[in-house]
Amino acid sequence: MTLFIILAVLTVVSSLLVIFQRNVVHSAVALVAALFFIAVLFLTLDAPMIAILQVLVYAGAIMVLFLFVIMLLNPAALEPRKIAWWTLGSAAALLLVFLLMPRLLSTVAPRQAAPAGPGFGSPELLGQTLFGSFVLPFEIASVLLLVAIIGAVVLAKRKE
Amino acid sequence: MMIDLGIIAAKAFLVLFMVLNLAGVLGWIERKGSALIQDRIGANRASIFGFAGMGLINTLIADPIKFLTKEDFIPPRGDRFLHTLAPCLALFPALVTFAVIPFGDVLTIAGREIALQVANLNIGILYIFAMASLSVYGIVIGAWASNNKFSLLGGVRGAAQMVSYEIAMGLSVLGVIMIFGTLELQEIVRAQGGLLQDRLPPWMAFLKSSIGWLPAWGIFLQPVAFLLFFTAAVAETKRIPFDLPEGEAELVAGYHVEYSGAKFLMFFTGEFAEIVTAGALVTTLFFGGWQVPYLMRDGFHLPWGDTLLLPHLAVVLLQVGAFAVKVVFFCWVQILLRWSLPRFRYDQVMRLGWKMLLPVALVNVIVTAVWIVLGERVSLRP
Repeated sequence: MTLFIILAVLTVVSSLLVIFQRNVVHSAVALVAALFFIAVLFLTLDAPMIAILQVLVYAGAIMVLFLFVIMLLNPAALEPRKIAWWTLGSAAALLLVFLLMPRLLSTVAPRQAAPAGPGFGSPELLGQTLFGSFVLPFEIASVLLLVAIIGAVVLAKRKE
Repeated sequence: MMIDLGIIAAKAFLVLFMVLNLAGVLGWIERKGSALIQDRIGANRASIFGFAGMGLINTLIADPIKFLTKEDFIPPRGDRFLHTLAPCLALFPALVTFAVIPFGDVLTIAGREIALQVANLNIGILYIFAMASLSVYGIVIGAWASNNKFSLLGGVRGAAQMVSYEIAMGLSVLGVIMIFGTLELQEIVRAQGGLLQDRLPPWMAFLKSSIGWLPAWGIFLQPVAFLLFFTAAVAETKRIPFDLPEGEAELVAGYHVEYSGAKFLMFFTGEFAEIVTAGALVTTLFFGGWQVPYLMRDGFHLPWGDTLLLPHLAVVLLQVGAFAVKVVFFCWVQILLRWSLPRFRYDQVMRLGWKMLLPVALVNVIVTAVWIVLGERVSLRP
């Protein structure tokens, strides 16, 4: 429980830093930290596979590309705050809190965590589930990615 | 409970101690080795009471003291926090990767079984790739925080290069995973303990009788994967011929041009720790890890029938020693590569990664799959 609280606080703080940092690179680094702490949270939930994939895919691949693009484009380091966006975003966030609050308040934390099933989170079980019961969504996702790759190649090859 | 925790702490300490010391000694081997190759004398200046130890004193005592007492320079327009964070991020992944690499079998002392591996994850290989993918950050963030155009160019080059070669590296290991059927590194090493003849399908009688006496190491089962993996691993360590991120002819020193003192030492140690990690991974996946050919749990069983029984402790020591020798050998091979090859051009690096290694790795995966299916189908026939 103590571990969870520490991790949760770290995750929330780094997520807040993503929003409140005015330097883009700082935001990106804070986002990496947030993703990393979420991976550790998965680790405490007996799901090492998901934890590793979280680091591998999000922290290791997607965020590297984010940083790469930020460095290549080098946007103005300090962007001035736009009041309109600021108010709109705050209003949307408040609305979300307002909608979620009743549900959150009515949820009672379980006294005893349910034990994970045998082989839970193991690569074997994940593979069987992914290529057995969920093979169609899996293939659709890969076709989607293929389309995205072809699109990127077409855009890159286009002569002006 | 306390004893278990103590054992884990001792193992973690031992592994870190060995890796960091080997990284330090490699610094010396690199200097003296390069001198040997280029017909120079190499480091021989610093001495204690006239004893220079072939320049070992230089590298192990004089260099660190010098690094630690140098001014720690942070570019005035740079980013103080990230500039300090980057060297830590460069060193961290190289060191924690070692947690899942087995350096021996089970050691039994007074009825207590100690697995000679810091953490036995059932997804060991994925853990290694996750950590390897994090090692980009040290370079990218350090390059950006220095506020220097050469640094930035080096960082961008480094990020592109490492992301590209990670893919070829992952795909090349896929063949090994398919052959051994597990993601656990200790299991992969155990599977390499037998002879090659037990791994070949029965219809390959000729191969069985000719090379069946060889140990069932990954190199014999996945030779193409070994070449791909080793190339990609050298590219990941960013050393010649892949040292474009710090190519001094164009970029002064690339991503660490604005680093001095202890922070530069951390980048430097990180690079050598990466060499050790790459060597250990090649050993584990392709050269039997801690396996000594024909050495079983109770002693040597030679293929022509002779046996030589050994006590348990001797077997374990032989295995750990074999692992160490193999790792040091592959570190030496990497240093040899660095001092005998010229640097690639950047477009050549990218072409090699995407147009050579990646397609060959994909073909290797397909061929391996066909091989496995054929082996199963044919052996199932009565």
